[in-house]
Amino acid sequence: MKYVLMFVDTEEYEKEIAAMSPPEVAEVHRRVRQWFADHADKIRATTGKLQGARAATTVRLDGGRIFATDGPFMEGKEVISGFTEIEVEDLDEALRMVRTWPACPLIEIRPVEVEIRPMEP
Amino acid sequence: MTKASDELASVVRDHAGRLAASLVSLLGDFSAAEDLVQDAVEAALRRWPEEGIPERPDAWLFTVARRRGLDVLRRQANYRAKLTQLETPEQPPPDDRLRLIFTCCHPALAREAQIALTLRVVCGLTTAQIAAAFLVPEATVARRITRAKRKIADAGIPYRIPQDDELPERLDEVLTVIYLLFNEGYLSSTADRAHSRDLVDDAEWLTALLAGLLPNEPEVAGLLALIRLHRARTTARFTAKGDLILLQDQDRARWDHTAIAEAITTLTRAARRHRSPGPYQLQAAIAACHCEAPTWADTDWQQILVLYDMLLHLQPNPVTRLHRTVAVRYVDGVHAALTELDALEPDLQHYPLFHATRAELLRAADHPAEARAADQRALILTTNPAQQSLLHDRLTTY
Repeated sequence: MKYVLMFVDTEEYEKEIAAMSPPEVAEVHRRVRQWFADHADKIRATTGKLQGARAATTVRLDGGRIFATDGPFMEGKEVISGFTEIEVEDLDEALRMVRTWPACPLIEIRPVEVEIRPMEP
Repeated sequence: MTKASDELASVVRDHAGRLAASLVSLLGDFSAAEDLVQDAVEAALRRWPEEGIPERPDAWLFTVARRRGLDVLRRQANYRAKLTQLETPEQPPPDDRLRLIFTCCHPALAREAQIALTLRVVCGLTTAQIAAAFLVPEATVARRITRAKRKIADAGIPYRIPQDDELPERLDEVLTVIYLLFNEGYLSSTADRAHSRDLVDDAEWLTALLAGLLPNEPEVAGLLALIRLHRARTTARFTAKGDLILLQDQDRARWDHTAIAEAITTLTRAARRHRSPGPYQLQAAIAACHCEAPTWADTDWQQILVLYDMLLHLQPNPVTRLHRTVAVRYVDGVHAALTELDALEPDLQHYPLFHATRAELLRAADHPAEARAADQRALILTTNPAQQSLLHDRLTTY
């Protein structure tokens, strides 16, 4: 299945980044690049339409544990700061993948609508 | 509930989940499979009371589900082909219900959906029975189920047992669902069970099933012991009139001491395998301390206090702290307990048990007027009829 991961910046995370020294920020960037490299076989660069918010799952990362909840992330002081499309077996594999995400602590996982091709005559 | 309907419920429970597991595997479509099981269960509940429970209930349910499936899924040729392969197992198939439980309790589903789905799919309850047990409209439960099934399909929630590294987190999720079910059943239960299905039965049955499927998980054993220790005291919890009797006033001769001994054996065996007990084992150990005391005065409060401290270390939460103050009262005195309790006010000021506990402590500390005010506050906040009547009695007695 294909999913779009939407990375959500929280206020606390922005503060955390702002307080970092330039080498520390560079290290975060390096870890993010490494994460994309580690999962390169699952990352897709295509376009598509997202399924409705009802199919969404939002994940909060907290010290190595993940807390999944039903539904899209609640818009508040948090904003989507990036996204990527992945292709994996199922939701559990997507959840495994975000477990190691090294940056922002909130990620929405939204399935991509399956394209229905017209039947061949 | 009558003996006959108890038997009916237990037969359905023993077979519905197995049928669901076989059908999901066969069709690869959770939602369609679940609909067929629900139809078969409803047919059974209609016909078995009149016709009697068939000799092989599993075969009966399989046949109804198969026939119904061939009928409603007519247009899906692939489903039709698969359903013709559905045969009543000659021998019990390998138990697939563990997969079913993990799918129903998937963390990407809302908690109330996990609960409704588990009851329907694994325990074979009908939507109407779930609605009655939770005192919500049937349409609400139906909506939760529909939405959850759609999410399973749309979001790609798999039908499988989690990998080893995910198992602890996912098992936590399952145990939380069962624990909530148990709590709901336990707190809302009355001496008169006639009005609804007893959720405590379902919680115990589910935990026993899980314990059979995952025999090496100490927390599953812990939850099973916890539920059984509470159940062992059920008959002593109510007066003949149906009023609630608090633990300190219960007639301990009426407890089921055989069940208590068995639950404690389960708990001890689990504890022996693992050094650091989890929260369910600790709660069961606290319940065991109460069950083993011949009288309220003989309660080993020192030990209970140690167990509460261990529990708080794992799960710091104000409700656990509240329960701990009772142990503090008997170990360090009523004033120490009041000091600890008052510190919890910001968190628990809307929680009836906070005020009821405070009232008892204030009465023991000889502050009757303040105690009365606290009981009144508790009475305003509680919605549970048994607790309301208990507080009424207190307010007229003191």
